[in-house]
Amino acid sequence: MAAGVLFDSPGPATRARHRTYGIVTVVALVVLVGWVLWRLNETGQFEYDKWEPFLTPAYIRAILVDGLVVTLQMAFSAIIGAVVFGLVFGIGKLSDHGILRWPCWLVVEFFRAVPVILLIVFCFYAVFGGMNPLSSRTYWAVVLALTLYNGAVLAEVFRAGINAVPKGQAEAAYAIGMRKYQVMTLILLPQAVKIMIPAIISQMIVALKDTSLGYVVAGLGLTRVAKSIYPQFQNHVPTIIVIAAIYIAVNLLLTWLATWVQKRFVGEKDVLQVSMVGEQTAEAAPIPGAARTD
Amino acid sequence: MNAVLDSPDLFLKAFGYTVFLFLVSGVISVVLGTLLVAMRVGPVAILSRAATVYITVVRNTPLVIIFLFFQLGAPKVFQTLRFSWVDIHIGPYDFTSFFTAAVVALSLYTSCFVCEALRAGINAVPLGQAEAARAIGLPFSGVMRQVVLPQAFRAAVPPLASTLIALLKNTSVAGVFGVIEAAAQMKSFTNDFASERTGIFIMFALGYVVLVEIVSAVATVLERRWRIA
Repeated sequence: MAAGVLFDSPGPATRARHRTYGIVTVVALVVLVGWVLWRLNETGQFEYDKWEPFLTPAYIRAILVDGLVVTLQMAFSAIIGAVVFGLVFGIGKLSDHGILRWPCWLVVEFFRAVPVILLIVFCFYAVFGGMNPLSSRTYWAVVLALTLYNGAVLAEVFRAGINAVPKGQAEAAYAIGMRKYQVMTLILLPQAVKIMIPAIISQMIVALKDTSLGYVVAGLGLTRVAKSIYPQFQNHVPTIIVIAAIYIAVNLLLTWLATWVQKRFVGEKDVLQVSMVGEQTAEAAPIPGAARTD
Repeated sequence: MNAVLDSPDLFLKAFGYTVFLFLVSGVISVVLGTLLVAMRVGPVAILSRAATVYITVVRNTPLVIIFLFFQLGAPKVFQTLRFSWVDIHIGPYDFTSFFTAAVVALSLYTSCFVCEALRAGINAVPLGQAEAARAIGLPFSGVMRQVVLPQAFRAAVPPLASTLIALLKNTSVAGVFGVIEAAAQMKSFTNDFASERTGIFIMFALGYVVLVEIVSAVATVLERRWRIA
């Protein structure tokens, strides 16, 4: 429903009233922002000393190379792993054989329900317990944990994507005598991939944000760099602002990419999504009418 | 596994904190999310713009960074945000500054996703409903309160439940920031009983699975009961 249908097109009196609301909002926002800025200034958050590391080439390099690049590497490795995991278990869940379908269902449901932090702690201490050095131990713990979690989510996405291919396609393929694996690899998957790619990019945003959960063990990437900057300069507020801004910028870039791919290659407006609840779980159509979003 | 079975009180108390975090931040984030969605779809362009900017910023920031902000950043700027004024003790549970900071971070973060879920719900309400409500002369507040939102909440149950399940799992981040809830307890067990790590992980994981299944079951029941014919 476009927001426009929720209210009548305003007449002169309403427009005046809305203008008043608008002005009040602007004033309130200006006061709020001004007050925050004043407090920041008052507590010395704008002092040059606190921002100095973000203007020093060595630190910028550390933030970008040890921070951003490592974070992106972790997210990317995790997504690659998750796509493989998701394909195996997503197709497994569609199997005609109960003996294959039920274990896949169990694994997917389990990893979808367990918090990533638990997985990271487990991977860090139990799976990669003996690994050295610490940084690669953290790296692989985070990557494995994110692979399992995002893989489970992607398994549902893949299943929904394959189910979204019109039934006639598979029927026609069987009719001309194709075998089951041919139908899957030649007919269903190639068509489903198109729908899945934006969903995979969206999942990459989730993975990228979740790499910060490595903080629970030793921490790696952007959060690790932040952790080593602020004890030195006592500049917690500026550091958090800068690190958050980097995350936001990268995520917006990925969001834009997902939307672009969606428009360019899929055509439908909404990225394929799967719900955690309800019987319609993982049916392709998310919410009736959702396609009409403003 | 024995480590957990030998001290079930620690296990249950930890999950108690998880449930408290979930309930308190769940209620706050649903209220905040409803306010945000009203701003977002409302007729005042600037409010809508402000809500959009807020949501874009908060959703794209990792939860850990938001926790860090309320743990290390905000208290340096605003005295009140130290939350040292919060000191409530109920039974064996202590609700102190750590708990409050966790609730604030979780609620602010989750409210954005609640807003998006509700917006999906509003989009699912047939166009004619709002048009009919306007035709009988309801103002925006009436259209929303009496016609659109009651239906939108029903349609939003599945996405809202997904959001709340995500919140339930996100409470584990509070474990890194001073609340001894399930994830923190699991980490401490894992450190103390090196030989039983797999068992400990499975016990705690199953605890979360049970909680997630409860939320999911409640949502399914509500969805069936409230389904618009």
